[in-house]
Amino acid sequence: MSAASDTQRSAAAPVQTGAADRLYPLRRALEALGSPVLALLLSAICFSIFLLALGKSPADFFSLMWKGAFGSAFSLGNTLQRAAPLLLTALCVALPAQLGLTVIGGEGALVLGGLAASVAALPLDGAWPPLVQLAMAIAGAAAGAVWIGITGLLRSRRGINETVASLVLSYVGIALFNHLVEGPLRDPASLNKPSTYAIGDANMLGPLPGTGLHPGLLVGVIACVLAWILISRTSLGFAMRVTGGNLRAAQLQGLPVARLVMLACLLGGACAGLAGMIEVAAVHGRANASLVAGYGYAGILIAFLARHNPLAIIPMAVLMGGIGAAGGLLQRRMGLPDATVQVLQGFIFVAILASETLYGRFAWFQPRGAR
Amino acid sequence: MDAAGTIIVAMIAGALRVSTPFLFVSLGECLTERAGRINLGNEGVLVLGAMVGYATSYHTGSPWVGVLAAAVAGALLGGLHGAICALARVNDVAMGIAIMLAGTGIAFFFGKPYVQPSAPHLPTLPLGFWSDVPQVRSALDVSPLFFLGLLAAFLLHWFFRATRVGLRVRIVGDSADAARALGLGIDRIRLLATACGSGLAGIGGAFLSLSYPGSWNEGLSSGQGLMAVALVVFARWNPLHCITAALIFGAAGALGPSLQTIGVSKGYYLFYAAPYVVTLIVLAITVRPGRALRGMPGELSIGR
Repeated sequence: MSAASDTQRSAAAPVQTGAADRLYPLRRALEALGSPVLALLLSAICFSIFLLALGKSPADFFSLMWKGAFGSAFSLGNTLQRAAPLLLTALCVALPAQLGLTVIGGEGALVLGGLAASVAALPLDGAWPPLVQLAMAIAGAAAGAVWIGITGLLRSRRGINETVASLVLSYVGIALFNHLVEGPLRDPASLNKPSTYAIGDANMLGPLPGTGLHPGLLVGVIACVLAWILISRTSLGFAMRVTGGNLRAAQLQGLPVARLVMLACLLGGACAGLAGMIEVAAVHGRANASLVAGYGYAGILIAFLARHNPLAIIPMAVLMGGIGAAGGLLQRRMGLPDATVQVLQGFIFVAILASETLYGRFAWFQPRGAR
Repeated sequence: MDAAGTIIVAMIAGALRVSTPFLFVSLGECLTERAGRINLGNEGVLVLGAMVGYATSYHTGSPWVGVLAAAVAGALLGGLHGAICALARVNDVAMGIAIMLAGTGIAFFFGKPYVQPSAPHLPTLPLGFWSDVPQVRSALDVSPLFFLGLLAAFLLHWFFRATRVGLRVRIVGDSADAARALGLGIDRIRLLATACGSGLAGIGGAFLSLSYPGSWNEGLSSGQGLMAVALVVFARWNPLHCITAALIFGAAGALGPSLQTIGVSKGYYLFYAAPYVVTLIVLAITVRPGRALRGMPGELSIGR
């Protein structure tokens, strides 16, 4: 559908390989692993030069970053807590991307999902907590699905570009969120920071029993695995990939393209909405401006870094969550501003996205025996 | 003055102020998109421009040097986007978001020391000298950057219509094949268009920190850089219509604060969002599947 996604699909498109080339899948995996690692190294070197120019030690920086991200149980927990919403907002991009769509409205779906979840908890106050949590999850996923679903509807019915539609709808969604949180749904007791009513301590999602891990992580990983199964192991997912690879061929085959577009958008939106629900139920306890934290935009980049492979989203989200989690420690120990981690993330995003150009450039990685 | 008069004056004042950054960013985005690329990184450019403009004004004492520095910083960041997107298979939408995060990150990193000190502001033109009403006088204190933006819009319109280089930009944006057949350097033209467009967006950022709201802090931009994409769609890629779009979107943003002046403090977020909803409705009415929007450059990735 878009030229950009044509090129991004063609790398993953199945290539007819000769029987002699048994090692091609291995080389392809090496290529897929090699270029992001190269880009990571390059961005680490560039960032080290940046630090040296400021008179700070890169060695200190990276060892502190390791400590702040993965060094202790506490920092690991912080990392995973940040990674959890990223897993789900990245799926909001990766699922429609299978059809060649670039949906960038995850931020709006996330905040509305969080709002719907916090509202769903109110009438059920005092009920059995797992029931309340289930209702919250359904409400959050439904709100997100509706929001990205509008984008899918505009795309499939009216042919409106999904990138523009989702971007504008995201802005509208955040405005709607602000209006409702500061107006009709506001808890009058929240003076400084307008919020909805608290969902109540009993209804909060606690850490996973036995491990102390963030509950959203489990949801996110399960969602990524399910998305991977859907995309690569079902006929539905195959139909989605065919549509993304060649729209004309899909139409000639009689694939229900419009319905596939709707399905991918609804599922993606549900993931983003669920991310909002988890932020409310496990972190904030109520919906307020803390939900508008840029997880939607970071999710877009993580999906692109993972080349829209749901399983590859997991390590990328943990990496970015870890860099974000180390910010506080770096600020305290090295006197660096808290935006330092954002600069490093920016370097990494730019480098890995640019490394996309390396795919297919080296003959050694290409299938042999074909042609 | 009665309530209606107060609102109207406050809205005109707000529209003139709020629309100026919208105007610069949408003109910059318009230039980039007419060359066939989309740059969502203008949000980062806007924030970086605001920081660089403020810091330069603080150190040199001259806000105009700040505006110039903001334009240069914006052009550099935009040039990075343009250069990387010239590589095969790099997605311009995703790269724009990466540039947005990198640009705001760099701006917050270096901007930390400038949150407290106050830098010299841009002067305003007192166009309300004829009136005795203080609200009208303050409403018509218009920044010269607003007129510079109007001038830039007319110049850009003339550039596309009547100059050789402008024609080349349009060719590159409408059909890469035609541009190749003519031997035009597609990547170079797109790089320059992105850099110049981001330079304009950088000036819009300088307006935010040096004129209105007139200070540097991390919550300065409310997404004007991202929403420039919607404005350019609204303006149908025409620089003159960018003026209308900026005034309409600016007025909607100004309605909330002007309602507050008469004590209505609820519902203004919905007014912010109204023009965007209108954009979507207009799109839904005018676009048909298989038929591109009138005025849209053919090479644009968001056109398909």
